[in-house]
Amino acid sequence: MLRFVVMRLLRAVSVLIVTSVVTFSMFFALPADPALALCGKSCDTTKYERVKHTLGLDEPLVNQYGDYMKGIFVGRDLSAIAGGKFCEAPCLGYSFEQGELVTDALKRTYPITLSLIIPAFILYLTFGIGLGVLAALKRGRAMDKFAVGLSLVGASSQIFTIGFILVFIFLVTLRISPPPSYTPLTEDPLKWASGLWMGWVALGFVSMAIHTRLSRAQMLETLSEDFVRTARAKGLSMRKVYGKHALRAALTPMVTQGGLEIGTLLGGAVITETTTSVNGVGSLAVAAARSGDLAVVMATVLISAVFVVGFVIIVDVLYAVIDPRVKLS
Amino acid sequence: MNTTIEDPPYLRVVDLKVRFDTDDGQVRAVEGVNFTVRKGQTLGIVGESGSGKSVTSLSIMGLHDARRTRISGEIHLGGRQLVGMPEPALRKLRGSDMAMIFQDPLSALHPYYTVGKQLVEAYQVHHPDASRAEARKRAVDMLGRVGIPQPDRRFSSYPHEFSGGMRQRVMIAMALMNDPALLIADEPTTALDVTVQAQILDLLEDLQREFNSAVILITHDMGVVAQVADDVLVMYAGRVIEYGTVEQVLREAHHPYTWGLLASIPSLHGDAEVDLKPIKGNPPSLINVPTGCAFHPRCAYALVPGACVDVVPDLLELSSRNGHKVACHLPESRRVRTYEEDIAHVGVAQ
Ligand SMILES: Nc1ncnc2c1ncn2[C@@H]1O[C@H](COP(=O)(O)OP(=O)(O)O)[C@@H](O)[C@H]1O
Ligand code: SF4
Ligand SMILES: [Mg+2]
Repeated sequence: MLRFVVMRLLRAVSVLIVTSVVTFSMFFALPADPALALCGKSCDTTKYERVKHTLGLDEPLVNQYGDYMKGIFVGRDLSAIAGGKFCEAPCLGYSFEQGELVTDALKRTYPITLSLIIPAFILYLTFGIGLGVLAALKRGRAMDKFAVGLSLVGASSQIFTIGFILVFIFLVTLRISPPPSYTPLTEDPLKWASGLWMGWVALGFVSMAIHTRLSRAQMLETLSEDFVRTARAKGLSMRKVYGKHALRAALTPMVTQGGLEIGTLLGGAVITETTTSVNGVGSLAVAAARSGDLAVVMATVLISAVFVVGFVIIVDVLYAVIDPRVKLS
Repeated sequence: MNTTIEDPPYLRVVDLKVRFDTDDGQVRAVEGVNFTVRKGQTLGIVGESGSGKSVTSLSIMGLHDARRTRISGEIHLGGRQLVGMPEPALRKLRGSDMAMIFQDPLSALHPYYTVGKQLVEAYQVHHPDASRAEARKRAVDMLGRVGIPQPDRRFSSYPHEFSGGMRQRVMIAMALMNDPALLIADEPTTALDVTVQAQILDLLEDLQREFNSAVILITHDMGVVAQVADDVLVMYAGRVIEYGTVEQVLREAHHPYTWGLLASIPSLHGDAEVDLKPIKGNPPSLINVPTGCAFHPRCAYALVPGACVDVVPDLLELSSRNGHKVACHLPESRRVRTYEEDIAHVGVAQ
C-alpha cells in the first residue's frame, strides 16, 4: 500500500514539473512583456533595462525558472518589486496587475471559488445519484419517468441558460432571491448561501443530469447481477438486498467519476465562474492571462494541475481501499 | 438414506406454468411441469440451454420479478403452497428451508465482501438471535465441511482470491448454512474444469447423504445425471418430455430428444471426439413454439404431416406402469425397437 502511494506521488510530481516547465516556456513564447508594462508611460531604454534587471527578466530562462521554483520551497526576496516584503514560502511571485503577492491574491479569491464549487458538487452528486438510484428501483413507474425526463432536460441545457432562467424567475419575476454575490461563510452562512445558490444550481444541473443517467444505468445493471439474486436467495429483505448488496456495487464506480470531476471542477474554475458571475480564482486567471501577469498565470495553472493530479491519486488510493479486487502495483 | 416409501415428497410441483411478458411478446418458459422430490433423493433436470430449467427452479425459490412474470400451478414445499405466498412468508423459507447454488460462483458471490461476511449474513438472516461468534463458528465449520483448506484463515478472503472450484465450494457452504431441506443446484459444475466438476459432484453427493436433503440438480449434461441423479426429468421447450428413474431414462430412453442427449455424452464414450453427435438444429424460441410436438422440426422420426405437427403429445406413463413417462406420438413398440437397434449401443448402457 505504501509503495503504491509513493509510486503514485512520484508520478504526480513529475507531471507537475512538466506542467510548470511547459507553462513557463509557453509564457515566454507569447508577446507579453511585464517589464514594459511596469516601466510605465515615461519609459526609455535605460529605465526599461533597469526594470527588466530588477525583475530578473534579463537572466537566462533556466535561472528564472530556478528562482521561481526556489521561491516555492524556501521563499524569495522580492523586496525590490513587492514593496519591501520578503516573500515567504510558498512564494508564487508578485502580481503587477493586482499589486500584491500572488499568494495574497489567491487567498482572497480561492474561498470564493470553493464556495461555489464544493456545495454545487455535493448537491449535484447527492441529487443526481439519489434520483438515478430511485429511478432504477422504480423502473418504468412515474418516479423513473420523472428522473429520465429531468436528466434529458439537463443534458440538453447549458450552464448559461440555466443561470439566465434562474435569474429571470427568482430575481426578476418573483423577486424572492437576492442577486448573485459572495459573502464569506464565516461571516453570515445564510447570506453566503442565498448569494450563491443560483450559481450552485446553474453549475450543478447539467452534471446532476449526467449523474442521474449514469447511476440509473449502473443500478439497473447491478440489479440484474447474479450476486443480487444470491442475496435474495438467502432470504434477505429487499432493504438489505438493495441497500447493502446492490448499492455498494453500483456506487463504487461512481467514486472514480466523482473524484475526477471535483479535480476538474476546481481546475477549471475559469469556465464555471464566468458563467455564474462570481469573481474568484477563475476571473483572476483570465485577467492575468490577458495582461501577461506571469506570476498569476503560473500559480493558477500549477494549482489547477495540483488539484487534478491530487484527486487522481486520491481516487486511485480510495478505489484500492473500497474494491478488494484492485491489485496494488 | 433414512426415508421410507411412505414419506410424502418434500417438494411437489403440479402443473407449473411460467410466462414472461416482454416487448417481443409472451415468453412461455414453462408449460405445465409436474414432478416430486423426496428428502434424500436427487432429481436431475436435463435439457439444452433455453428449455426452462432455470425458470423452473427460480419459480420454486420465488425469485422471479413478480411484476412481469405470471406463475400458475402449485408448488408444495413441506406441505406449504408457495405459489401466491406473500413475499415476507416466502422470504423466511428462502435460504433456510430451500437454498440454491448457481452456475457461475464468481458472479454469484458479492465481489466486495469477504466470503466470511457473506456466510455469516446468510446465517444471521434466519437466526436473528445468534451472536456474531456463533455465526462465525458456523461459517468456519461449513467452509471446512465443504473442503476449503484452512477455513479459519480463508474466512477473511474475498471471492476473487479463490479458484473456481473453491468458490463453488464456498457457494455450497453458504447454501447449507441453515440446513435446507431442499437444495437446488443450477448447473453447479458447468463453469468449472472437468476434473473439478467431478469433485464438486462428489461433494454434493456426500453432503446430501449427510444432511438428507432433497436435491434438484440442473444440468445439460447427461453424464452428470448418470453420476448423481435418482430420478431424471428431461425438458424441452418448457415441457417435460420424459420422466423416470435414472435407470429408466438412461437405459431405456423412449423419447427421440432424450436419445439425442444420450448420444452426445462425451465422457461415457471413451474417446470423446469420435462419437459425439449433438442434436441437429437449435431449440426453439419460447415466444414462437412450434405447433404439435415442439421437437418435430428437429426430430428424425417425426410423423409429418400428422400428429407430430398438429397435436401436443401428453406426458403418458408407459404400458408397463412403472412410473416411466414419455411425451411422444410414436407407438411404444416402435420406440422400444428404435432404441434397441439405433441408440442403445452408443448410450449409457455400454
Ligand atoms: N426474466 C425473463 N424474461 C423473459 N424471458 C425469460 C426470462 N427468464 C428466462 N427467459 C426465457 O425463458 C427461456 C427458458 O430459460 P431458462 O429457464 O433460463 O433456460 P435453461 O433451461 O437454459 O435454464 C429462455 O428462452 C429464456 O430466454
Ligand atoms: S412426438 Fe413426433 S416429433 Fe415429437 S419426438 Fe415424438 S416422433 Fe418426434
Ligand atoms: Mg439455466
